Amino acid sequence: MGWMLRKRSAGDALFDLLIAVACVFVFLIVAYPLYFVVIASVSDSTMVATGKVWVWPRGFSLFGYSEIFGDTRIWRGYRNTVLYTTLGTFVNLLFTLPAAYALSRPEFRARRWLMFLFVVTMFFNGGLIPTYLLIKGLGMTNTIWVFIFPFCVNVYNLIIVRTFFETSLPRELYEAAAMDGCGHFRFFWSVALPLSKAVVSVIGLYYAVGHWNDFFTALIYVRNNDLQPLQIVLRDILLSNQVFQSGAGTGGDAGGYAQRYADQVKYGVIIVSTLPILLVYPFIQKYFEKGVMIGSIKG
Amino acid sequence: MAQATRTAAGVVRKAAGTGGRRTIWQTVWRDRQLWIMILPAIVVIFLFNYVPMYGIQLAFRDYDFTKGLTGGEWRGLHYFRQFIDSYLFWDIMRNTVTISLATILLGFPAPIILALILNQVRWKRGKKVLQTVVYMPHFISIVVLVGLLNVLLSPNTGIVGYLLRSMGYEVNLLASTTAFVPVYVLSDIWQHCGWNSIIYLAALSTVDPQLYDSAKIDGAGKWQMIRHIDLPAIAPTIVILFILSMGGVLTTGFEKIFLMQNTLNLPVSEVISTYVYKVGILSNQFSYSAAIGLFNTVINFFFLVATNYIARRVSNISLW
Repeated sequence: MGWMLRKRSAGDALFDLLIAVACVFVFLIVAYPLYFVVIASVSDSTMVATGKVWVWPRGFSLFGYSEIFGDTRIWRGYRNTVLYTTLGTFVNLLFTLPAAYALSRPEFRARRWLMFLFVVTMFFNGGLIPTYLLIKGLGMTNTIWVFIFPFCVNVYNLIIVRTFFETSLPRELYEAAAMDGCGHFRFFWSVALPLSKAVVSVIGLYYAVGHWNDFFTALIYVRNNDLQPLQIVLRDILLSNQVFQSGAGTGGDAGGYAQRYADQVKYGVIIVSTLPILLVYPFIQKYFEKGVMIGSIKG
Repeated sequence: MAQATRTAAGVVRKAAGTGGRRTIWQTVWRDRQLWIMILPAIVVIFLFNYVPMYGIQLAFRDYDFTKGLTGGEWRGLHYFRQFIDSYLFWDIMRNTVTISLATILLGFPAPIILALILNQVRWKRGKKVLQTVVYMPHFISIVVLVGLLNVLLSPNTGIVGYLLRSMGYEVNLLASTTAFVPVYVLSDIWQHCGWNSIIYLAALSTVDPQLYDSAKIDGAGKWQMIRHIDLPAIAPTIVILFILSMGGVLTTGFEKIFLMQNTLNLPVSEVISTYVYKVGILSNQFSYSAAIGLFNTVINFFFLVATNYIARRVSNISLW
């Protein structure tokens, strides 16, 4: 018996060690590239390219950032994206939350088949071309509305909110309120919403991140430069190699100079464009698991 | 009260069966506030999801600018045949299937393993920090992710390119036909593995701790506990998510592949969704492009139904 106990604990110790090693490995694999971007954005690009930058920035310079802050394309993209994200998320919530509330009411007779019609759209869609022709026909191409209204109700998010209302609002609550002459509008606004801050923030974050990172809408529906969101500007800088607004970056003296700093600008622009999300992230993170868990119950 | 509502509903249903319209309108009138609340969502879903479904018939018709979406001449399966006979067909199909199968085979187990590992960590603070970090890449935009790959993997100026060169490998990971799929799949796992593990962690958190205690008394080691307690606990979740991912077997991420494409890797990176975009949006061959899109949807649906059927037979767990 004694040897068995010892053997087992030795096995478990090895197990714990393996888990610890795996955790450290996962942590480094995910965190290091992110950290590397930060140090590379303030380091000499030549030193980065020749593998001299590993732990601390070297050849410290803020040239990349000053270039970014002087670039009107980035400012315009930023302004557009902030507008689309705030307005878009507002519309998303305005359309999703009341609908989820209605679908959560057991006395709402149409809820079953309405829900079915909504869920069908998770598996079927008309495809790119019919959707494109529709939006073009509605005259929404090259307007800001194409970022706001199409697909502003996400059925997956709708289900999460509906399930939250169903499970967290006690039945008796509405019945008691209805006795006192409280209608659905007031009950939704002054009881249901204040009790659902957690789920509203998670859904709000999902929607906001979706708008912030949206590249597809602009690629398909927008040709007008003044309306381009940040992600399109990022594509031009990061992937099409149009790093400098003036068009430098190829050949000659200016080209050599540009090449040397181009990567610094690229690293910097990655940080500048992702920062807003990463700033909000820690405050909402505690709700994630709750949000996903609610969604999985009846997803 | 609940009883009363149910009886009332029963009466209404009976009345609706024999009586006709008035009772339906009465319930609509009773629920008018709820109808107003859900109306905007109905309008949006109808307009942007159902109207394009009606437009699918474009795949069977010519597109005629003067007569609108549904006015063109009926061509039957002409455009489907055009796609299948196209010299690009087998390349595109092979690329699409390769990329999505590789993503499913490697990307599907990864979050399960990660969740099982995270579930073993007893140091609360460390676990919290690790979770915060692994969820983070999920929020990076695709443009930024591909941009990141480009600067890191660049053969001239990237750090990975430098490392490979110093080890004697002259390879351009961004423009090679062999590296495209591994780079695509591994970066996908890097970005979404953490986030996708949340749902498994949630399922693991519902396991009754007493099970572990009694397993310990029976002399089970930690491997055995994972094998016989943790895995069965998340098995239903695994099956459901697997069916859903098989339903997207021909849906490769358009944006990421589109952004990773260049002339050198195009032989392995042209997939259905990018081809639909090029044929439809860039060259305005609307009917042909719609037919390819519909072809894609139908095959996806077939896989969804087939996997669901197999899962129901094998494990008794299914979507419907």
